[in-house]
Amino acid sequence: MQHETHSHGIDIAALGRDKQNLRLAEETVAIEVPGLNLFYGDKQALHGVSMNIPKQRVTAFIGPSGCGKSTLLRCFNRMNDLVDGCRVDGEINLDGRNIYRKGEDVAELRRRVGMVFQKPNPFPKSIYENVVYGLRIQGINKKRVLDEAVEWALKGAALWDEVKDRLHESALGLSGGQQQRLVIARTIAVEPEVLLLDEPCSALDPISTLKVEELIYELKSKYTIVIVTHNMQQAARVSDYTAFMYMGKLIEFGDTDTLFTNPAKKQTEDYITGRYG
Amino acid sequence: MKKDSLKTWFKSGSPWVWLNGGAVSIAIIMTLGLLALIAVRGLGHFWPANIIEGTYQIPGEPAKTLAGEVVQAEEVPRARLAATGLPVNVEGGEFMTRELLKVGNREIFGADFSWVIGEWLSDVRRPAELMAIERREWGNFYGYLVNVKESGQVVAEGEGAWDEFQKRIERVDLLHTQIERLEKKDIGRINAGLERLRLKTRKLELQGRLDAVAQAELDAERAELDAEYKVLESQLSDLHQQFQRDSVTVKVSDGREIELNMGKVVRAFRPNAMSMLQKFGFYFGKLWEFVSDDPREANTEGGIFPAIFGTVMMVLLMAVLVTPFGVIAAVYLREYARQGPLTRVIRIAVNNLAGVPSIVYGVFGLGFFVYVLGGSLDRLFFPEAAPAPTFGTPGLMWASLTLAILTLPVVIVATEEGLARIPRAVREGSLALGATKIETLWNVVIPMASPAMMTGLILAVARAAGEVAPLMLVGVVKLAPSLPLDGNYPYLHLDQKIMHLGFHIYDVGFQSPNVEAARPLVYATALLLVVVIALLNFSAVYMRNHLREKYKALDH
Repeated sequence: MQHETHSHGIDIAALGRDKQNLRLAEETVAIEVPGLNLFYGDKQALHGVSMNIPKQRVTAFIGPSGCGKSTLLRCFNRMNDLVDGCRVDGEINLDGRNIYRKGEDVAELRRRVGMVFQKPNPFPKSIYENVVYGLRIQGINKKRVLDEAVEWALKGAALWDEVKDRLHESALGLSGGQQQRLVIARTIAVEPEVLLLDEPCSALDPISTLKVEELIYELKSKYTIVIVTHNMQQAARVSDYTAFMYMGKLIEFGDTDTLFTNPAKKQTEDYITGRYG
Repeated sequence: MKKDSLKTWFKSGSPWVWLNGGAVSIAIIMTLGLLALIAVRGLGHFWPANIIEGTYQIPGEPAKTLAGEVVQAEEVPRARLAATGLPVNVEGGEFMTRELLKVGNREIFGADFSWVIGEWLSDVRRPAELMAIERREWGNFYGYLVNVKESGQVVAEGEGAWDEFQKRIERVDLLHTQIERLEKKDIGRINAGLERLRLKTRKLELQGRLDAVAQAELDAERAELDAEYKVLESQLSDLHQQFQRDSVTVKVSDGREIELNMGKVVRAFRPNAMSMLQKFGFYFGKLWEFVSDDPREANTEGGIFPAIFGTVMMVLLMAVLVTPFGVIAAVYLREYARQGPLTRVIRIAVNNLAGVPSIVYGVFGLGFFVYVLGGSLDRLFFPEAAPAPTFGTPGLMWASLTLAILTLPVVIVATEEGLARIPRAVREGSLALGATKIETLWNVVIPMASPAMMTGLILAVARAAGEVAPLMLVGVVKLAPSLPLDGNYPYLHLDQKIMHLGFHIYDVGFQSPNVEAARPLVYATALLLVVVIALLNFSAVYMRNHLREKYKALDH
């Protein structure tokens, strides 16, 4: 797949995608961000970001390193709370409710908004225990329920056939790609509404990457997916909508086909044609 | 040219490799040397050495016959011997050989050991009939067997006497075990029961509830125990009579004949007549006795099992106490406390605690645990035992607690390091699944940090097992009448005093009435202490490796 990304941008047609007629304005809103500022100490990392993440679609965040795309993603499940000196100014509405309001149950929020990280991070437990971890946290301990959830989640993450005979072996024995799909299975096992993927393929080889991308494609019928990626081809391949960020600002947000073939902003065009970043 | 090559040699780094290699070798040689020394000195003690007999003629005095084991020989300047007043011939070589003979028969000679001048000892021989008798008191006896008596009547004499003697030793041995069991187990149980009844009576009395009914009940119970005791007592006196029945007549090397009651004999052997194989058998028997038996004769004879048991018990209890304290403190410091100047100060303080001399902990343990805590416990829960203290006196619990405080810094530091090493990604993974911080800690972080906790515990055990100074203040004694774990309710006696290998070394080596005889035991006990600590450590290391395998960190 030799695409001349750097001179002519992404050739959407060559990626084998169907042209979709998507209109951002007509989508149901899953997450509403009405102007968000975020500070690390004195340094402002996000400048007035406003966007509406559409429900049951794949939204990709692209942009050069340090542009704030991961930071924004980690606001959606308040993972930034764990960072010392991080302060959020503004609100994020999930299903119309501000997740930054006082008294929000953060654990419950994180159950509803699952997250997969850059590096696969399975727990040093068996495959089975990894998948049921979130369920056990919720106090579900019935073996029948857990068994069902394991099969369902692993099938959902396209991992079932590879591990069904060794569910009780350590998850650390899996390959990197399998581990990442296990993490996805673990995340969907608690049936979240939103799935946040923070560069989920950056530590994987091309074949594993392809499998995870296929999985994302499968999952979007059930979940609202937000994916951060460095790889513009990946964004073009898997996403319905793409947001381009630069220096903590949201530069452009629209349907993927338009953004890649006919960007509205000069900065976006420069980035996708490889002039910087 | 030469200077150049020297320079290159330095630059190549090989001098440093040599330096480091040399340092490591020296360290290893020193360690092995230490172990070899205590092993040789300690383990040699159990070997049945040959007994020599010879004529000892101090010039100007009548000749006498001496028998004993040669323990040590040294070369001494003639002039020095002469200066001590011995009638040494001034002519002759510069040095004279002086031998230390273990002559035994303390009740006859007054001392177990005797220095003899090699020159004056003549006609040295090793008669096969010369025997050594280990006794329950007065140390070893060396001499010849004359006859065996039963209730004063001679039953065997001459050649057949030896076999008869051995047979009867076995019988006495059996009786001794029976008596011991009766005294310790059955009568011990009755004593414990009577003591419990006494305390119960006193308690009711204090509470003003000792009415006629309760009194009658208690009296009935007491009468039952008394009746049981009567039976056992008659059994015991019967056994004692049996035990004292036989005796032997033995001849000391100087010709005197004395009568020994067989109840006093532990074993008799003729080392000069033993084959190599027999000697080995005897050796391992003695070794086993050493690790499995109770001490005799102010700790200079017999075994040291109570000390091994006490040491292990105390260390295990210490581990049980220190782990939760240390882990909770470390989790708080690392996970919950706001990192700032205050936590830094606390950390420095904790690290410095590890450097406080251990005797200071002993003083603290005595002052706070024993007197304040123990005293309060006694007032609150054991008023019936007053004025005798229950917990207000040094004991196993306070010894373990003092050592737990002593080793706390090690556990805290190791656990904190372990917690710091858990990858952030794993914590985030758990939090992202909707787990709270405490759930993440319990389910992921602490299990993954458990090998580090084990490392801390290993270091703590290594330190605690070798500690003696504070223990002398808070619960270790030279001779504990019973083990802290037995069949009498409440089974584990936390208030009891214990014996400890480290203190045993000090006691045997420097506090015993018979230092010369006890010296090899110092080495043997030291070796055993090292072995016990090594075993405790190895088992902890094994557990840690198991945990490491289970929770091995993500390696990519």
